[in-house]
Amino acid sequence: MTTALIELVVQGGKATIPDVGVFAVAAAIIVAGAIGVVVARNPVHSALMLVMTLFGVAVMFVLQQANFLAAVQVIVYAGAIVVLFLFVIMFLGVDTQEDIAKEPLRGQRALAAALVAIGMTGLLLLGQVSKWTTGQPHVAGSDTGAPNVNLLGKSLYTTYLFPFEATSALLIIAVVGAVVLARRPPATPDMPDMPATPDMPDMPDMPDTSEVAVATPAVPITGAHDAGVDA
Amino acid sequence: MSINASWYLALSVVLFSIGALGVLVRRNVLIMFMCVELMLNAANLAFVSFARTLHDIGGQVLVFFVLVVAAAEVVVGLGIVVAIFRRRASANADDLHLMKG
Repeated sequence: MTTALIELVVQGGKATIPDVGVFAVAAAIIVAGAIGVVVARNPVHSALMLVMTLFGVAVMFVLQQANFLAAVQVIVYAGAIVVLFLFVIMFLGVDTQEDIAKEPLRGQRALAAALVAIGMTGLLLLGQVSKWTTGQPHVAGSDTGAPNVNLLGKSLYTTYLFPFEATSALLIIAVVGAVVLARRPPATPDMPDMPATPDMPDMPDMPDTSEVAVATPAVPITGAHDAGVDA
Repeated sequence: MSINASWYLALSVVLFSIGALGVLVRRNVLIMFMCVELMLNAANLAFVSFARTLHDIGGQVLVFFVLVVAAAEVVVGLGIVVAIFRRRASANADDLHLMKG
């Protein structure tokens, strides 16, 4: 049974049993982490499950000799993106248990599950049935299956040089956009779209107090003026 | 290295489906973002698998660009979430109907 399964997985008898074992363990970690992201009630737990899935994907990259991408996956995703997620979760204070038992829309989950099942079946069939080679091979250089950071770097700086430069512009725009979005709006008094609801009950009181404050010291003066005018 | 690429693709499909289900089902904006990241990772896995199978390094270069775009997307998306939260004090996607008349 086990050997038959391994022979089913192995292509051409080249994969060894450690390969299959690593693949199986990493696949289990990936799927368990992904399910954990979806079903966790606490957003912090979701973020930690996401880290688990990302490490599993990095293992898959190593298993396919994409060593540079595995390192970048761990550094950028687990090191930067998930930390950003956790920072925002803590900053907003939404790290509380969430009631996911009740369904806001009737029948939404059943419909979503049906749609995803249909899509998943179609994709699996497509992956098994279709021919993969569609166009001209080796556009950017041959992936020989060996560790190939040199080839990746050469391709990135020759064939894909313009997208690489455009990426830098994208990152600059993202940084500027994040600063603009997360900046606290300037406190101008006549801002029309500010949430004015806390101030609204105070608004009738404000003119009263100011009128009283103005009127009280003004009584003798205005009285004198009034007297003068009357006289 | 020599595990059949069909298995990587099947795993990628499963990962993508779980991410899509999460986006459709969950209400918390942050968790929806994380599920988008799951789908991007599924695409990355398929890219690397195709790059190895078809002997084309372009798949790995594309994964690099996907990583960069994902980082930019998360930065801007979380900035939007913070800006919304400052006004609405809720991370629930159902509460965000400001453009509804």
